[in-house]
Amino acid sequence: MTDLSNSVSIRDLSLHFGAVTVLQNLDLDIKDGEFLVLLGSSGCGKSTLLNCIAGLLEPTDGQIFIKDKNVTWEEPKDRGIGMVFQSYALYPQMTVEKNLSFGLKVAGMPKDEIAKRIARAAGILQIEPLLQRKPAALSGGQRQRVAIGRALVRDVDVFLFDEPLSNLDAKLRSELRVEIKRLHQSLKNTMIYVTHDQIEALTLADRIAIMKSGVIQQLDDPITIYNRPRNKFVAGFIGSPSMNFLNGELAEEGGKKVFRTNGVSISLAGYEATEALTPGRKVVLGLRPEHIKVDGDVTTEQAHEAIVDIEEPMGADNLIWLKLAGHTISVRIGGARRYKVGAKVRLGFDMTMASLFDAETEERI
Amino acid sequence: MANVSTLNATGAAIDAVRTEIAAGPRGKKPKKVLSRRNIMIYGILGLAALYYLLPLYVMVVTSLKGMPEVRLGNIFSPPMEITFEPWVKAWAEACTGLNCDGLSRGFWNSVRILVPSVIVSIAVASVSGYALANWRFKGSELFFSVLIIGAFIPYQVMIYPLVIILREIGIYGSLTGLVIVHTIFGMPILTLLFRNYFAGLPEELFKAARIDGAGFWQIYGRIMLPMSLPIFVVAIIIQVTGIWNDFLFGVVFTRPDTYPMTVQLNNIVNSVQGVKEYNVNMAATLLTGAVPLIVYFVSGRLFVRGIAAGAVKG
Repeated sequence: MTDLSNSVSIRDLSLHFGAVTVLQNLDLDIKDGEFLVLLGSSGCGKSTLLNCIAGLLEPTDGQIFIKDKNVTWEEPKDRGIGMVFQSYALYPQMTVEKNLSFGLKVAGMPKDEIAKRIARAAGILQIEPLLQRKPAALSGGQRQRVAIGRALVRDVDVFLFDEPLSNLDAKLRSELRVEIKRLHQSLKNTMIYVTHDQIEALTLADRIAIMKSGVIQQLDDPITIYNRPRNKFVAGFIGSPSMNFLNGELAEEGGKKVFRTNGVSISLAGYEATEALTPGRKVVLGLRPEHIKVDGDVTTEQAHEAIVDIEEPMGADNLIWLKLAGHTISVRIGGARRYKVGAKVRLGFDMTMASLFDAETEERI
Repeated sequence: MANVSTLNATGAAIDAVRTEIAAGPRGKKPKKVLSRRNIMIYGILGLAALYYLLPLYVMVVTSLKGMPEVRLGNIFSPPMEITFEPWVKAWAEACTGLNCDGLSRGFWNSVRILVPSVIVSIAVASVSGYALANWRFKGSELFFSVLIIGAFIPYQVMIYPLVIILREIGIYGSLTGLVIVHTIFGMPILTLLFRNYFAGLPEELFKAARIDGAGFWQIYGRIMLPMSLPIFVVAIIIQVTGIWNDFLFGVVFTRPDTYPMTVQLNNIVNSVQGVKEYNVNMAATLLTGAVPLIVYFVSGRLFVRGIAAGAVKG
């Protein structure tokens, strides 16, 4: 019934808390060894989905397969999963070693095997010097490493991460992010990772599932999600600073398709449409700040004039906010290029990287 | 050379600025010890302390006097001749009804009531609080509400039915019966206490333990219990003082030879025959009150330490 190469399969999963629907008829296949990120803002059901996979929440309807075994009614411990929590969830009264061995002891594993596994996990995560300490004597990064170790010693098929880096400061977060990626490359386990941080999602994932109100909006590799968002929600959610959206309509000028807004026509030459671009259709044009070229960089035939409204230097780049035909557009340029407020600039739009959405359905066209 | 001298001059200028800064108010603002506020606070606290300590003082002083001295009526004056006779009499010789072996009988009765009641009630309440907090089952909220309502029903309403129930079971008048009654009446407040405490522990710890494969009792015994020392101390304080000080259940559910200490104290103090031995009464009262007092002193410290330890997040 399920594909043999699938590590985790979710079929028609629904979850209701009373009248509130958290997950709705959700289907998801995760391949063996894949790193899947569930991305969404809080309350979108991503953690709930993870808890269902872990067996900590009972779904109202649907099935969950792990390694082609229907585990819908199985206890968490029998599912072959390890889980890492946002708050680490280390047992405060136990030393690191006891924390790691607790699950194995409960399972009645022989002592020498436990010691072997702890030594291996501690080696991988470089926490050997911490084994006799209590969690209170560890830093946030060390605690999260121990929490990962607790999943590691169980020697499971699937790792579940529930926002594991959200409690750490920015520097530690980027360090541990790299470590988790390295861990995945060496272990080659299936990993399901829940986060609301798009940078984590883009950097770690083989595929990202973007969720909203319990429904997966788009499931694709990070590059596709970034460059070809399937709908306006995904386009706006991914990317920082976020995508510029211009409301307007399609038109035809001199036999060429154009996007018209407030009297300005923008040529759509180069845009790969999935549907016919019928003139008169109300649409939203999405342009990422780095896909807009300024002054000397403009390579397109057509150029538009805009006025600098605000400048935000960010070190590596410089974000300028421009006024164009009543719209405010943000453009990302090199950090060395500076503009004065009120200056006039020429803009060129790279239509191969642009997105067009239907104004009503908000779906990509 | 010119550059060096300019630099020096700048250095001197900076020093000058520094000394200038040092002249004004700097660092912590000094506080007056004898401010009006302090006088008010310590004055009121001192008065309140005096108000509560005075009766205790009178009791201690009277219990150390002989009867002739008590009859002089100077209740505030310290004893001229310290005697422990009243204490010995209260503990070992005072008569209640037919028994003339003092409060010692009541003390041991109370201990035999207290120990099992405290252990059983806390054991049952902690497990049910844990179940209500972490293993929500169908109707658990309703069950909990019913339990809480139980805490608001006046005891008096339930006494007569309980007497009949215990009589029918055949344990009316025995210590076992009283232990059961104390356990039942401790349940609502203790379960509430434990449920709220366990609900306050991070839910993810419980989830992590479930993923580690621990079951109901393993999670309770190896994860939850070691983390909840403070709440156990609180529960022990509530139960020990409550059960020790109980009079109503003691007088209703026991017989004269199984009377707890409080009931016996009442019988000694309120005896109408013979001379009123105030010194013995005071000593007897102090003896009866000693247990809760010791509990507060000993566990009070532990209690504070437990709370402090819990406040430092792990």
